[in-house]
Amino acid sequence: MNDTVGIVIVSHSPDIAKGTADMVRQMVGSEVKVAFCGGNPDGGLGTNVSLIIDAINNAWSPKGVAVLVDLGGAETNSEMAVEMLQPERRNLVVVCNAPIVEGAVMAATEAVGGSSLEQVRAVAEELSAS
Amino acid sequence: MSLQPETLKTLVRAAAEQMIASAPELTALDQAIGDGDHGANMKRGFEAVLGKLDTISAQPIDQALKTIGKTLVMTVGGASGPLYGSFFMAAGDALASKRLPDDLADVFCCAVGAVVSRGRSRPGEKTMLDVLFPVLQTLMAEAGQPDLIDKVRTTASEAVARTVPMQATKGRAAFLGARSIGHVDPGARSSCLLVHAVCNTLEARL
Repeated sequence: MNDTVGIVIVSHSPDIAKGTADMVRQMVGSEVKVAFCGGNPDGGLGTNVSLIIDAINNAWSPKGVAVLVDLGGAETNSEMAVEMLQPERRNLVVVCNAPIVEGAVMAATEAVGGSSLEQVRAVAEELSAS
Repeated sequence: MSLQPETLKTLVRAAAEQMIASAPELTALDQAIGDGDHGANMKRGFEAVLGKLDTISAQPIDQALKTIGKTLVMTVGGASGPLYGSFFMAAGDALASKRLPDDLADVFCCAVGAVVSRGRSRPGEKTMLDVLFPVLQTLMAEAGQPDLIDKVRTTASEAVARTVPMQATKGRAAFLGARSIGHVDPGARSSCLLVHAVCNTLEARL
């Protein structure tokens, strides 16, 4: 199997994160590695840096990982998580400025064709342009 | 002054207990213009810090600040985790080459700079920076003055009040647009409470 960019979904809600991942798998298939996480360290609504780091490592691909987030804290915590990765991985992860569900589906669709991390990010972020 | 382990322990405990005690107030402020989790998030983070109090106070101050920062990053669960976490981690980094109390303003400046880059924000946007920046200015202007502690405390209180008429353009409150006007910013308030806890503790020990 050729390497494809991995997709990570980070929502405040574990249900949204899982549901988004389910949609990606159904629409795009299992050729793209998808990992997801949601909820604060107590399991309530929020995000958790430690789980985000785990998700990025689980979706890891030599081509990199695109992270899709919902609201502010998910973005800030994802950026923090990227900085806490092992140094050689940090530059191969991008946090996309895109709506979480549509962005994840579009990013995975682009990734499955073998596109680069920058191409995957660009396709997801086109959704935010208008 | 090198910070004695007992002083460090007292400072960290005072700051943590203040955050835990103020959780209901911070939550109420955040329910008005945010998503209502600031109090619970800060409480969770500082409870975790309290749980590591013995470890933290046994460390040199630069390491202790980094441990506090990392603990907040890993436990807070909202944007305030990386924001306050970066503040303390950057302060710890700065102390590797700087000394207290002479370089306090320098160290604080590095810490505030980390919040600016983490949040891609600046003063005037109704955030914790609207307290941290004025406090930095007072630390720079009044360094070495006998009433520094009192001036810092007053600066922080006045700065919180000035967030009321501001319109938020960063964070969750930005969604509210003009409706964010007329409320105290929860992050500014938590920053003020931390500054006050440190000031009050230092004053009591001098």
